[in-house]
Amino acid sequence: MRGVVFQNALEAVVINTAALLLTLVGFGIFVWMFGVDPFAVYRTLYLGAFETRISIETTLTQAAPLMLTALCTAIPARAGLLIIGGEGALVMGGLATVLVGVLLDGVPFALCVILLGLAGMMGGGLWIGAVGALRQYRGVNEIIATLLMNYIAIAVLNHLVSGPIRDFTRVVKAASWSIPEYMMVGTLPGIDVHWGLAVGVVACLLLYILMRRTTFGFAIDILGGNQRAAQMAGLPINQMVITACFIGGACAGLAGTMEVIAVHGFASDSLVVGFGYAGILIAFLARQNPFAVILVAILLGGIQASGGLLQRRFDLPDATTTVLQGMLFVVVLASNTLYGRFRFFQGKDG
Amino acid sequence: MSEKHHLTRREFIRKSGNLVAAGSVMALLPTWAAAAAKPITVGFIYVGPRQDFGWNQAHWDAAKKIAKMDGVKVVEQENVPETAEVEKVMESMIQLDGAKVIFATSFGYWKHQLKLAKLHPDVLFVHIAALWKQGDPINTIGFRGYTEEPHYLCGMAAGRMTKTNKIGFLGSKPLYFIFNNCNGFVLGARSVNPAVTCNVVITGDWNNPVKEAETTNSLIDQGCDVIIANQDSSKVSIETAEKRGVYSCGYQTNVSSLAPNGFLTGAEWNWAAGGEFVKAWQTGGKYPNLLRGGFNKNMVALSPFGKAVPQSVRDEIMVAKQGFIDDSLKLYKGPLKDNEGNVILSQGEVIDNNDIKFKLGVRFLVEGAIGKTGLKK
Repeated sequence: MRGVVFQNALEAVVINTAALLLTLVGFGIFVWMFGVDPFAVYRTLYLGAFETRISIETTLTQAAPLMLTALCTAIPARAGLLIIGGEGALVMGGLATVLVGVLLDGVPFALCVILLGLAGMMGGGLWIGAVGALRQYRGVNEIIATLLMNYIAIAVLNHLVSGPIRDFTRVVKAASWSIPEYMMVGTLPGIDVHWGLAVGVVACLLLYILMRRTTFGFAIDILGGNQRAAQMAGLPINQMVITACFIGGACAGLAGTMEVIAVHGFASDSLVVGFGYAGILIAFLARQNPFAVILVAILLGGIQASGGLLQRRFDLPDATTTVLQGMLFVVVLASNTLYGRFRFFQGKDG
Repeated sequence: MSEKHHLTRREFIRKSGNLVAAGSVMALLPTWAAAAAKPITVGFIYVGPRQDFGWNQAHWDAAKKIAKMDGVKVVEQENVPETAEVEKVMESMIQLDGAKVIFATSFGYWKHQLKLAKLHPDVLFVHIAALWKQGDPINTIGFRGYTEEPHYLCGMAAGRMTKTNKIGFLGSKPLYFIFNNCNGFVLGARSVNPAVTCNVVITGDWNNPVKEAETTNSLIDQGCDVIIANQDSSKVSIETAEKRGVYSCGYQTNVSSLAPNGFLTGAEWNWAAGGEFVKAWQTGGKYPNLLRGGFNKNMVALSPFGKAVPQSVRDEIMVAKQGFIDDSLKLYKGPLKDNEGNVILSQGEVIDNNDIKFKLGVRFLVEGAIGKTGLKK
């Protein structure tokens, strides 16, 4: 059994590495067509993403919110739902954090941070949990629902920050009231990356354990495999779908909390920068595995981090990074069909 | 190994590639070492694409001009959101590119810029919202032009060219400078044609092309025949106006190419004024920490007139422009009412064009504007 696990892991590593290399070759040809030396580009990708301290800090800063928003898609996907509402859940989490934060003025720091985290999780969790309920009880398609709920969340944010909760002392940008300064959590010790990274890694690990080591996780996988079969087995599928959606939404909401308490201090349209959508990409590249989400988020964070240096060194447009991400997405998804095709990776007892 | 015999050309390319790669690493050292001398690297950070026919392009215009200055090398990065990412981009520009001046060209960068400025006293940080106040790091600058002045001139063109006496203004966010721009546009139009009214719509978004097209169409349907849009980019509105056969005025940068027939003129920034800061930093000269100005300080500009504008109108507008330059023309002067009938300024009251306190507090639309700010009084 242990051998099978090892072989499965090895298969995933080999196939993903091959996919990554193929993507780099394709990207090399792409930049070569623009008259740029591919090898200089590879060099810059590495320099910008991983080589120096500032590169690594940039990469991790990029990756931090993406881990949490990726979970918003990954966890419900294990239960068989395609949720693309991470963007909206993040916004709702951020808004909830600000609203609770201004009420909590004076409450001790540690308690505050916990309550703000819970507020963000409730904001995002209820937002996506509602979609799970709509699907189970009213047959509403969850893809369309979450997509549209993103627009609703952004509209709610814009409405609130342009009037009802607007801080008019900020004259150049429509932003909400700020949470008290003492509630800001700042950066991790020893590295200039905000606390969202630690929260993201811990959330991924906890959910990995939940999904792999508990009966709940096992039941979710059964549900994702075949809802009918899960129902026949007597699983409470409605509650499970809603719970999976709630957990996913709570993670994205927590990303919103971290944006507020570690970066901005207030809610504004700076919460709507595409973290939710990038998370979908990561969830799929990680094949819905919460542990793999950590690694893929760092990889994509690295691509985004080095994208800036590509622009500056070679005067390539920002869209170049998007091309690289797109290529990676297509190649990795295509490579998913390779699993189980190589006899070498099939265990003797498998 | 089999490649060795017949793939020498590929080998050659690979080798030369490595050479370039090595060269690019080596290039770091000289930039860093030479930064104390005259050559200087300037970083530009844009919040969106720099070819947006709008806000970011206005800064790109400046970057191109500043790149032509003596001993200046410009590095640019676009689509940088106002999150923790921008701090990393600044840090990376400083460490990996050796940037000594950074132009942070979006509002939300300010807080991040202050943090970085404290860590890097040898780097000059320039921001576009004129938020600097006593106590902020001395290696930070805030500067901003009064775009309401060129809007006034656009309004004059609109007032002269309109046939329906109805013109249209699309705003984005309910912010003070959008209201000032709108008021400038209306006041300019009514200064040459008191019968003009201006329909004002605040869309609520910096960038929402669908809503911009819908709003432009609906303004035209209401009879407006000159359109100006205060969005991140006025491209959609101008193209829509051109398609519908009405006049348009530009904003942010020169967008005359989008409307060869109906373009009148446009209200532009002149962010290249920031070149002075670069020069000062390069030579150890003096620079202001806070700089605001209009035509008098060459911080705003007027787009070249479109072919539809007759010479007499052009002359009239150039006289008014000169009025802003020599400060004989004031934007806000009494008697002035807002569009709800409240008296803002009584007869004889004049607001100085540099009275920033007044301008920051503008939350009204002047008489002649039809629409609401969307703000509670």
